[in-house]
Amino acid sequence: MDQPFVIGRVETAAGTIPQVSSQLTGRDRWGTVKARWGVGRMHYTVDPGLYALGEPGSEAPVLVSANYKLSFDHLRSALKDRCAWILVLDTKGINVWCAAGKGTFGTDELVFRVQASGLDRVVNHRLLILPQLSAPGVAAHKVRSRCGFKAVFGPVEARDLPAFLDAGMQATPTMRRKRFGLYDRMVLIPVELVHAFKWLALAAVIFFALAGALGTGSFAAAAAVFGLGPVTAMTTGVFAGAVLTPLLLPWLPGRAFAAKGIWAGLLATALLWPLGPGRASGVLDAVSWILGTVSVAAYLGMNFTGASTYTSLSGVKKEMRWAVPLEIAGFAAFVGLWLTARWTS
Amino acid sequence: MRGNLVYLKDVVSLQYEASRCVGCGMCSLVCPHGVFVQENGKARITDRDACMECGACARNCPTEAIRVQTGVGCAQAVINSVLGRTGDSCCSLDSGCC
Ligand code: SF4
Ligand code: SF4
Repeated sequence: MDQPFVIGRVETAAGTIPQVSSQLTGRDRWGTVKARWGVGRMHYTVDPGLYALGEPGSEAPVLVSANYKLSFDHLRSALKDRCAWILVLDTKGINVWCAAGKGTFGTDELVFRVQASGLDRVVNHRLLILPQLSAPGVAAHKVRSRCGFKAVFGPVEARDLPAFLDAGMQATPTMRRKRFGLYDRMVLIPVELVHAFKWLALAAVIFFALAGALGTGSFAAAAAVFGLGPVTAMTTGVFAGAVLTPLLLPWLPGRAFAAKGIWAGLLATALLWPLGPGRASGVLDAVSWILGTVSVAAYLGMNFTGASTYTSLSGVKKEMRWAVPLEIAGFAAFVGLWLTARWTS
Repeated sequence: MRGNLVYLKDVVSLQYEASRCVGCGMCSLVCPHGVFVQENGKARITDRDACMECGACARNCPTEAIRVQTGVGCAQAVINSVLGRTGDSCCSLDSGCC
């Protein structure tokens, strides 16, 4: 009840139910922005249980959601000016799809939450609408015998819910597909960047320190002159792997994500040639720069499999068998050539 | 989703036993990548390489006609499990999975 997005209360036969609105507040939106940038994302939760969206009656539909606040907000904001009951499962603050894969958004939790909330006293019908992406966790045919409610899978995206409801709970084939469009990929970039920058900052400190110690001249001057190359190479690699790869995913050659990362790395190298290999003090440094960029980009590209919506575990394992050794070798050569250049200069 | 976004060829662990299928259609309904179609009262795999091993079809098949080794197609998760680390370091927002 005392959650900031609860705007009132609704009395039912099963007790007082917190009421929410389909209108997101500035605070909800700010929370979304923070979650997208990875700030407090693991604790961005909603208390599990039943919520009233608007003024639902005993015939209003029941929609099931995860207790990740972003999932919950997505659902209610898709239902502008509609009344419904929202049953929030305890998914440990994880979104629907991930939670279904882990089994926390599963048949057991659904049945438990239906019973715990006294849903059968709140509504007259016996129908639950689940997000389609919860299907890896919920066996719809087992729900009815266990709690008396029939489970129906709604569309993949919450935004298609109004059309689904208006069509008498029918989803078109397009509503049943999970896509990975430009927007879907773009919103994932911030978290990828935040993640990569933590390592980049650490690596930059190490390289500047090494450059200062190994280079010629004063420590500070040497650090700046010789450290800049490898640090810009890694930064370019991060940009290629965490920004270019997601953006250009359908157009980068190859199916494996590491391959796409390599191409993105080469593209970034070509674009930034004057800043990288172009201003290197010798062949060793130039080759080192390219290897640094490409190996970092390949690694981050490979990591983007975790955010994509279509990679299988078998495929990722297969890709990793060649990609990981290649990335390690590439990175080792990047460091090795750069060190060699310091000694031979 | 076909288009230009298809993952590796011939790797997925999806197995389907037509003899057990009763043609209920659930696999085609729950699959987010259109891997199954219904034909003459039975399911048929039409786009095997599009499968991401989410396990939705197997979980919702009433006759256990489908088997798939489920897992999350995420490199970070594979690295973590090899290193013996646990945690959700790879859990993405709404789009992908972890
Ligand atoms: S879910 Fe199982 S029984 Fe139903 S159509 Fe698919 S394979 Fe056949
Ligand atoms: S495992 Fe998932 S992606 Fe593969 S066929 Fe089944 S439902 Fe479709």
